[in-house]
Amino acid sequence: MADLASAAGRRWHKPPLIKSPLLRWGLGLGVALYLAFAFGTTEVNWERVADGIPRGVRFISAFFPPDFVSRWDEIVDGIAESLWMTVISTVVGIALSVPIGLGAARNLAPRPVYYFCRGVLAVSRSFQEIIIAIFCVKLFGFGPFAGFVTLSFATIGFYGKLLAEDIEDMDPAQAEAVRATGAGWFQWLNYAVQPQVLPRMIGLGLYRLDINFRESAVVGIVGAGGIGATLTTAFDRYEFGSAAAILLIIIAIVMAVEYTSGYVRKWVQ
Amino acid sequence: MLRLEKLEKRYRTGDLALKSVDLEVPDGQIMALIGPSGAGKSTLIRCINRLVEPTGGKVSLSGLELTGLGAGQLRRARRRMGMIFQEYALVERLTVMENVLSGRLGYVGFWRSYFRKFPQSDVDEAFRLLGRVGLDHMVDKRADELSGGQRQRVGICRALAQDPELLLVDEPTASLDPKTSRQIMRLVCELCKERGLSAIINIHDVMLAQMFAERIVGLKLGEIVYDGPPDGLTADVLTEIYGEEDWEATIRKVEDEGEEDGEALDAALKHDHQAAILDRDRMAGNT
Repeated sequence: MADLASAAGRRWHKPPLIKSPLLRWGLGLGVALYLAFAFGTTEVNWERVADGIPRGVRFISAFFPPDFVSRWDEIVDGIAESLWMTVISTVVGIALSVPIGLGAARNLAPRPVYYFCRGVLAVSRSFQEIIIAIFCVKLFGFGPFAGFVTLSFATIGFYGKLLAEDIEDMDPAQAEAVRATGAGWFQWLNYAVQPQVLPRMIGLGLYRLDINFRESAVVGIVGAGGIGATLTTAFDRYEFGSAAAILLIIIAIVMAVEYTSGYVRKWVQ
Repeated sequence: MLRLEKLEKRYRTGDLALKSVDLEVPDGQIMALIGPSGAGKSTLIRCINRLVEPTGGKVSLSGLELTGLGAGQLRRARRRMGMIFQEYALVERLTVMENVLSGRLGYVGFWRSYFRKFPQSDVDEAFRLLGRVGLDHMVDKRADELSGGQRQRVGICRALAQDPELLLVDEPTASLDPKTSRQIMRLVCELCKERGLSAIINIHDVMLAQMFAERIVGLKLGEIVYDGPPDGLTADVLTEIYGEEDWEATIRKVEDEGEEDGEALDAALKHDHQAAILDRDRMAGNT
């Protein structure tokens, strides 16, 4: 009873995220100072911004009306090449990333294999597609093959890492139960691991397909083939109407892939 | 016969989970393993099929020493030990039938299992088992569509599909309501009797252990502190295993359990034959 009485009126505060008040206030002050300096030293030439606005408006208005007709054959070729590049690089990239992803899952692979596969993933992820594309164009010459290699390589980093993480997050009880039946390693993968990760991996595969299509337009700019090449050519020739048409087609295809993948993801759950 | 000799498990953290455990389980015996959380019950049964690698001592099953086996031999040996898990541990996105057939994985090759082309005799046996536990109408349901009791029955079928000689049962009733718990325990024990299997059942619930097991082993901090018949669990023994507590209620309930749980369920316990039929109908019908 005495305890209850003394408990009345006792104050309570949510414990702070960072315990030490010195560190807490120090960090806050540091961030504020850095931001102040960063903004203070950013030079904005307002005159040039003002000059740029009408130029931008002229540039954008040059896109209208989009011209689908005069370069239609090139556009079709470019899109076909991009789609080809997208599909096979996604398939090949995923096929290669499955063994690497399995090796990069801490709960599956022995330590040396784990570090090796994590290393491969880290290398693949540390370079932006453009940089890999420039490198591949130098290696294999201009054309869609360089783009295909680029996108496959980038897919390995993306898909392998997410696969490894999904495997690490799986329910160990289900995996243990299948192991206890005397299943072999591949049977165990097929019965315990695959059912747990498959729905998410199908969704991510479609997502990567979508990314690869968009990237196929970008890597074309540095000479790796596809619709990107058609797009730069259009810009180089000041054919903004055709460029607008290409952009609209890219948007339409990305949206189509997006909606289908959303639908498929719901269906596989 | 299962024999553990000086079995020891020290985790990498340095915790000694099992301290030189000696235990023999004769064929056909149903043994309950009780003890407080952290006593090493789970570790003990996992050391038997080496889901957890023991750090010392020997385990042998019908003369075969399990502790020294290589990977391939261990897989073959695991087929002889069915395991039933806490929280069922079914592969949730596989169907009931796939889960039951996964008990046969140790017997079929990879491609057969990959294409789900199991030998007809395995499929027959799976249907028979599912029929026995009253789930043969749910063969193609996904495991995550079932209720807790149904899932555990699928888990039992998976273990029995291995055609084991020993069942390792880890907290089979941990997430089930009291009635379902009893049904599951009864089912496990009936099936063991039918097939002459021995079983080690880890269980928290002392009353359930006393109701269904022939022998009780009490584990405390990795050591066996009681090994005897169910009615030998006096207040003193329970205090020895779990620590100081008022045990009167636990013990009394066991003695006049017939009156307290006057349901058809427990009456059925006494007429075993009818019970089996009753049970099957009830399980097939209303769960």
